Amino acid sequence: MRPVRLIFGTTEGAIGAVLLSLLVLIALFAPVLSPGDPLDIAGPPLLHPFSMARLPLGTDSLGRDVLAGIIHGTRTSLTVGLAAAFAAIALGVCIGLAAGFSGGLVDEALMRVVDAFQILPGFLLALALVSVAGASLPVVVLAIALGAWAAPARLMRAQVLSIRERDYVAAARVTGMHPLEIAVKEILPNALPPVLTLAAVIVAAAILTESALSFLGLGDPNIVTWGTMIAEGRNVLRSAPFLSVLPGLALVVTVITVYLVGEGVTQALAEGKAGQVDRQGPTA
Amino acid sequence: MTAALRLIRRRLATSIPVLLIVIVLTFVLLEFSSGDAVDAYLISIGGGDPAVAANLRHAYGLDQSHLARLWLYLSSLARLDFGWSVAFERPVADLIVERLPNTLLLMGSATALAFGLGTSLGIVAGARPESATDRVISTVSLILYAIPGFWLGLVLSIVFAVKLRWLPSAGLETIASGRTGSARMLDIAMHLALPVGTLAVIYMALFMRVMRASMAEVWRLDFVTFARAKGLSRRRIVLRHVARNALLPLVTMLGLQSAAMLGGSVVIESIFAIPGFGRLAQEAVTQRDTPLLLGIILTSAVLVIVVNLLLDLVYALLDPRLQPSDRSA
Repeated sequence: MRPVRLIFGTTEGAIGAVLLSLLVLIALFAPVLSPGDPLDIAGPPLLHPFSMARLPLGTDSLGRDVLAGIIHGTRTSLTVGLAAAFAAIALGVCIGLAAGFSGGLVDEALMRVVDAFQILPGFLLALALVSVAGASLPVVVLAIALGAWAAPARLMRAQVLSIRERDYVAAARVTGMHPLEIAVKEILPNALPPVLTLAAVIVAAAILTESALSFLGLGDPNIVTWGTMIAEGRNVLRSAPFLSVLPGLALVVTVITVYLVGEGVTQALAEGKAGQVDRQGPTA
Repeated sequence: MTAALRLIRRRLATSIPVLLIVIVLTFVLLEFSSGDAVDAYLISIGGGDPAVAANLRHAYGLDQSHLARLWLYLSSLARLDFGWSVAFERPVADLIVERLPNTLLLMGSATALAFGLGTSLGIVAGARPESATDRVISTVSLILYAIPGFWLGLVLSIVFAVKLRWLPSAGLETIASGRTGSARMLDIAMHLALPVGTLAVIYMALFMRVMRASMAEVWRLDFVTFARAKGLSRRRIVLRHVARNALLPLVTMLGLQSAAMLGGSVVIESIFAIPGFGRLAQEAVTQRDTPLLLGIILTSAVLVIVVNLLLDLVYALLDPRLQPSDRSA
């Protein structure tokens, strides 16, 4: 597992990887860590943190356990962040590959669509889509992905354009490989790595967008999200500011973690590339 | 000058198809929503029989085919007619014209503040890469970058409006205060301090990070080595050579980021109750006001195109390679 070792080799990567594993574990074992529905009433309302051992972070204005909300919210944030980033990158890679590989009019038309999505404020688009299709988790994921796929598409196209003219692609063409096979087998794997380094930024932005949507009341009402918790805490901001502050801190820690992992991956990739060049040194 | 004109013309030529795509896209998106403005209106007045609904739909043209309505929409847009807002009972264009200046004031001051502070701190950090100052600034910028804007806004208003009571927590100005002239300007500035501060802190982190990274790139270039060899002072190298060239990617990023910034204003305006563009979007969403939401999305697309055009011109002014006569340093 050389890539993993490389990521752990950087300070940012190591801290990020440890924190991310912790968050993933919390998300996976949320039902074990805090059994039951986090939306159920667990105690007296507006209990301040550290005043009851059973409810260490207190309760909100309806008496729901804040700690349970934060634990289950990890699940929502990570799921939405990862799913939206995956969808955005998958869509971006497909469009970028199609545009860069076909060239000509198809390229021109696809890139105008990319332009359009880059000009549209992603958050407004997400607002519109969620309000149109109703607030449910898949819609939120799709809405966030629609605002995020333009950058990977652009990068993918640039990659494909530079790879398309390489010798090994020409060789594949000469051997009579089907263009589709060339695109998928020869170009895609070589064009992908730089696009994947965008993943961390997209995941982080997706987590922030999801929280903003649910803060505005456009999240899935049956699922705990940090954004909703912050919004509900807003009504009692004067008497119980912790209700908004604590889930916000969870958000900040999660986003920082994702950035750190991204930083680690980028540095590891750069080093890996440098290592390759060194090894190839004399021949290349 | 002619070069600038050519640039503007080329930009406009590519912008028109893009705008058309935006229009069709938003139209399709909202066309297939369940429930229209008539439904929302009937709910708000407590219901009505199907005949009333059909009459209303006919009156608003909601019963025609999708294509016919797209054509109708496009042709009225060409006449700068954005349609009628069902929720506000007013023309959409009026609402947008009324709300846009507030948002431009908010975004403009926040961007200017963030750009100034962010680039300065980025230059301080990038002047000596990997130094202690650099590490502190980079860490702080990473943390700020990860903070959700709406949460920072809430925390700042807990501190400055609830606990310290220094600043008002909502609105654009004191309602019916009768203030005029400089007193009114001061009042607006006090009200905008928290939202502008919140947005500025979030954007500043981004500018800081990009400026620093960009400076790190420029340090490796040959002309910096040459400037060193000439014996120029470090201060002069940092400011005149490294920072100036490192500023270019920042201008490009400002353009790419302008759409995201406009989107970010929705949440901030909703927290601080500023009657701007973003809040209008939220109101349009909650009231299912399709023409209004389309108008907002379209206007923001045009706004982003204009901002990018202006930044292209700034880029041309800044880039030493594009203006050899200007290279005085």
